[in-house]
Amino acid sequence: MKKTSMLGLLLLVIRRDLVLAMRRRADVLTTLIFFVMVVSLFPLGVGPEMAMLRKMAAGVLWVAALLSSMLSLGRLFSADYLDGTLEQMMLAPQSLSMLVLGKMAAHWMVSGLPLVLMAPVLGLQFDMSVQALGVLIIGLLLGTPILSMIGAIGAALTLGLRGGGVLLSLLVLPLCIPVLIFGTGAVEAISSGLDIASHMSLLGALLVLALVFTPWVTAQALRISME
Amino acid sequence: MIPWFAVSAAILFAVGLYIGFYVAPVDAVQGEFYRIIFIHVPASILSMFLYLIMAGYAALGLIFKTRLSSMMATAMAPTGALFAFISLWTGALWGKPMWGAWWMWDARLTSELILLFLYLGFIALHASIDDPRRADRAAALLAIVGSVNVPIIYFSVKWWNTLHQGSTIKFTGTSMHVSMQQAMFTMLFACWFYAIAVVLARVRSIILERERNTTWIADLPEVKS
Repeated sequence: MKKTSMLGLLLLVIRRDLVLAMRRRADVLTTLIFFVMVVSLFPLGVGPEMAMLRKMAAGVLWVAALLSSMLSLGRLFSADYLDGTLEQMMLAPQSLSMLVLGKMAAHWMVSGLPLVLMAPVLGLQFDMSVQALGVLIIGLLLGTPILSMIGAIGAALTLGLRGGGVLLSLLVLPLCIPVLIFGTGAVEAISSGLDIASHMSLLGALLVLALVFTPWVTAQALRISME
Repeated sequence: MIPWFAVSAAILFAVGLYIGFYVAPVDAVQGEFYRIIFIHVPASILSMFLYLIMAGYAALGLIFKTRLSSMMATAMAPTGALFAFISLWTGALWGKPMWGAWWMWDARLTSELILLFLYLGFIALHASIDDPRRADRAAALLAIVGSVNVPIIYFSVKWWNTLHQGSTIKFTGTSMHVSMQQAMFTMLFACWFYAIAVVLARVRSIILERERNTTWIADLPEVKS
């Protein structure tokens, strides 16, 4: 058997999960459609006044992104858990944290990245300025991977439980609040002419911290769940 | 042990409330409303400390696989959630006359709310896993991840300039009236003793429930008769 390096393993897991996701395109699309629908519901719910919509646009987009990433989290490990692949992965000689990191990255590319790409269009619906849109996109680019990574901990903890989906949101949403605060804070700062560097640095710091700790914590959680 | 703590908690509550309501003078700025701090501050302190202790016990249970520490963590969660709720509730009652609003999206309030959600998440996760050992370990991991929040609550008043005032009591001395201070500390100890009594009572039932198939429980005089 060919020995795979750490990076090779990471790329292998990402490629595998992406192929699996492409085979079931409907799953990816439903998350995206959910995102678009939630965002479009807000103007209908609060009324079409542009001034108000412009103010709440960033918050609405962020909350919708948070909710739609919750939707797809349940699938992160469940398919592999059900057909036994996950067990094989845990028996593999390679580091489980690395495998988990690969799965997180694939999950983000499938469910986070489309949202980021979709966000400018939706932002225009809310009449956001170009500057604010730019900041929103950078914020989402930094923030959505954190959501996927924190969510993976919850997904691993609730693996195979009844009512896992609701429980997952209950566990993960409180932990995601800081990301939401800094993400929307940055857009608010640029709209009122303030410096966005502090918000962005904090988001970046959260991303780096999450990148270091969450794969390991998730691997531990998977070990607990698979016993 | 439980009756001792329960009785001393009751006495301290009575003394603390007496000092708080009859001895402590009326505050110059806030009038009578400030008296709610006698329950608000101890409840907030306990909600944070209990979370840390719970996470500590959970970590012990996770690392050394000691069953009792996991049971202690499980037993502490409802009490901690109760104190977090009391703290938010009394804060709201105080905020209405003082700030003119029940709720402000202030850093400390929000993070205390997150703390309540973390307690609830811990309880919910534990409740939804049937195998108690797996439940202990999964909930322990969640508690440890969530403990990041506690320092944020504690320092939020210093880090962000928000509406919630900083603490008046410092190790170097305080600007409070002596009887106010006495009332506050009495109530703090009362809350501690209450928490200890309740947690010990709860952990006893958890032990009895989990070990119901062992011989030592069958040998207990209460069970035999």
